[in-house]
Amino acid sequence: MTKIKQFEIEQVKTAWCPGCGNFMILKALQQALKELSLKPQQVVIVSGIGQAAKTPHYLNVNMFNGLHGRALPPATAIKACNPELTVIAEGGDGDMYGEGGNHFLHTIRRNPNITHLVHNNMVYGLTKGQASPTSEFGFKTPVQTDGVISEPVNPLALAISMGASFVARVFCGDTKKTADIIKKAIQHSGYALVDIFQPCVTFNKVNTFKWFKEHTYDLEDHDSHDRNQALKRAMEKEKLPLGIFYQNEDKNPFEQQLSVHENKKTPFIMRELNRQKLKELLKSKQS
Amino acid sequence: MFLLPKSICLAYGERSNSIQIRISDHPVQAPVRRIDLLIPLDKDAIAHVSDRLSKSTIIIGDREKFDTDREVVDVSFSNMAKEIGNIIFANTIAVGLLLGLTEGDIKEGKQFLKNYFTLKKKEEFIPDNIRALEKGFQEATRLVKEKHIDPDKFLHMKKSKEIKDDLLINGAEAIGFGAIAGGCNFISSYPMSPSTGVLVFLSQHAHEFDIISEQAEDEISAVNMAIGAWYAGARAMVTTSGGGLALMTEGISLAGMVESPMVIHLAQRPGPATGLPTRTEQGDLQLALYAGHGEFPRIILAPGQIEEAYEVTQKAFYLADKYQVPVFILTDQYTMDSYYNVKEFSVPEGKIDRFIIKTDADYQRYSLDTDNGITPRGIPNHGEGLVRADSDEHDENGLITEDMEVRIKMMEKRNSKLNDFKKEAFAPNLLGPKDYRVLCVGWGSTYHVIKEALDKLNIPDAALLHFKQVYPVPEESIKYLRKAKQIISIENNYNGQFAQLLEISTGISIETKILKYNGLPFYSDELAEEINHAISEKGGQK
Repeated sequence: MTKIKQFEIEQVKTAWCPGCGNFMILKALQQALKELSLKPQQVVIVSGIGQAAKTPHYLNVNMFNGLHGRALPPATAIKACNPELTVIAEGGDGDMYGEGGNHFLHTIRRNPNITHLVHNNMVYGLTKGQASPTSEFGFKTPVQTDGVISEPVNPLALAISMGASFVARVFCGDTKKTADIIKKAIQHSGYALVDIFQPCVTFNKVNTFKWFKEHTYDLEDHDSHDRNQALKRAMEKEKLPLGIFYQNEDKNPFEQQLSVHENKKTPFIMRELNRQKLKELLKSKQS
Repeated sequence: MFLLPKSICLAYGERSNSIQIRISDHPVQAPVRRIDLLIPLDKDAIAHVSDRLSKSTIIIGDREKFDTDREVVDVSFSNMAKEIGNIIFANTIAVGLLLGLTEGDIKEGKQFLKNYFTLKKKEEFIPDNIRALEKGFQEATRLVKEKHIDPDKFLHMKKSKEIKDDLLINGAEAIGFGAIAGGCNFISSYPMSPSTGVLVFLSQHAHEFDIISEQAEDEISAVNMAIGAWYAGARAMVTTSGGGLALMTEGISLAGMVESPMVIHLAQRPGPATGLPTRTEQGDLQLALYAGHGEFPRIILAPGQIEEAYEVTQKAFYLADKYQVPVFILTDQYTMDSYYNVKEFSVPEGKIDRFIIKTDADYQRYSLDTDNGITPRGIPNHGEGLVRADSDEHDENGLITEDMEVRIKMMEKRNSKLNDFKKEAFAPNLLGPKDYRVLCVGWGSTYHVIKEALDKLNIPDAALLHFKQVYPVPEESIKYLRKAKQIISIENNYNGQFAQLLEISTGISIETKILKYNGLPFYSDELAEEINHAISEKGGQK
């Protein structure tokens, strides 16, 4: 039995403020990995830049902490080169929906078997309090002095409309449920988005712990295999539903469709150049 | 090609969409300005090359189509093509005509068409194309018989045993072959002329050689995917042109920081911005040199010949893997799209050395316990260790740090990785007399054209120094440059970027520069005149 300790780094010093929602998400993620009986060596967390993107520094797994907004392309490639790995892309709303917005769209289209965790606190924490793509209309910041005048991104509706094969939203205040849904997302075969509501105790005085409590509710009587219904629920505005909005187990993941994995399961590192075929191909160019 | 003449040079890329074919009884691998025979297929074609026509240029085409004072030998390509069924057959008719005029072997021509369309799985196109080829061939006979054309003005092609086994390939294919031979098994790129040929080549052979080929949503994704692929154990590359590389620069810096190997094929075209998308230039040397913020080592290779494109691409994967640095392969549109026959390539024997270790439980990706700055690379789930790659400044475990002592050590580690590289660097290639007075300096795709220009001039004390490794500037450079009385830098760009780099690296400034930046490659006849002029102007002195 894998212990949660296996995924913990001793005496870790985080860069997070006391009371930050990231602590709860970290805990939930460690819990999910433990419950799945994974070995740290099998897990790769790929992240970008931001407070959320620091998460892989604080747990005991393989890590690829790359560039701001760019977690999804390397995550896709890592899974493609070694499908045996459990690959998680993790970051915040600015990182994943703003800077990396284009990759978000195209990763949904590819449908690699990776888990996409987005810490959504509706504000920029690392750069000290500017609006994020999910900040609400009217949200005032030192930069958006008159309040945000752009519509916020609705990541769930976007993902569902683009045919993402697993779309969920959780609130980190409920660590147990967060861990449970992260677990289901990892188990899902294909691209899985988990948008995680999280308060920023320092820079977002509107969407607080209390606000999330009051403005969310658990999805019930919902058929998560009905895409239209899922989209409808994702469009709700007054109170925001939590849970698995949509899942589709029938989509073949990206890496499973690559010819390199059709007949062989050997990792890339074990494969050798087919010299005979290269010689033949060169010969075919004889004038 | 249809036939096996002594040698053929096909250079693509005139102002309208055209192809230049050079036929010779000895090996030629460079274009010339002079046009002996022009077959214009549309009404603007003559105007497009008018400055390259001479009194002796023969023009064959639909006479009524062209508004020109020049004599046009009338051949109704359009009507003949329409008789076969489509105007598009004018191309094959023109090839048949050319084959007839040079007394080539029509049987080989037909066989070529069969093979070509069979390979493309378009067998239904074979009969009409063969008819078109025959029509063109017969038309050549008619022109000669009716004395419209003097056949002695053309080289007559004969089969040659000497080049029977030669390969006829272009630069893009040579890069692709080199990548496969170098163990490449992952390419992610965004299509951009003139670099796309490499992506196409590797995609078409992905099944045979276990290659993952992915067309990314943009160049940013492409380069980040490729770095991810290296991290997971692949040998990855990207292929792009200047604008795409501009988008990749942050990713190149990431490779520098996480100490990821990386192979970047940069096929240059004239910029800035969109520039001339289908033309050629050597204008992005400094882009490759400085791409990516922060300080980290890199290698830039620039093949001068198709054989070298194969050689350096193979080597690029080895060097990237061994030294954990980005390696650039700098080519250009001219290299990508030019074909000539080359001797068979050798396929490397033995296992490809991957420089990857099976990790222990206490593995540290950036361990400072190394005497050359290079920490053995582990990959996830290959051994008991964890592999942490971090774009932040990091400690030996790959975890984020603000510790200044660690920062200093990591900077010194990263920037010392190429100290041992000198031993296996590509030295510049000296052609011509060792006791030269005039030294022409070139890099990348200008190798053959400078060589041919110098051969034409036949100046006893002029030599060519050609660089296929442009960065780090090879140590021998200074010795070669010091010996020359006059150095002439020849580059397909405006600023003489390599001359500037040489000056930074050696302290020797090059005053004579022959630069071409109209979007076209150098022509050997034109270049010979310019070199001659440059020498006589300065009297072979600095």
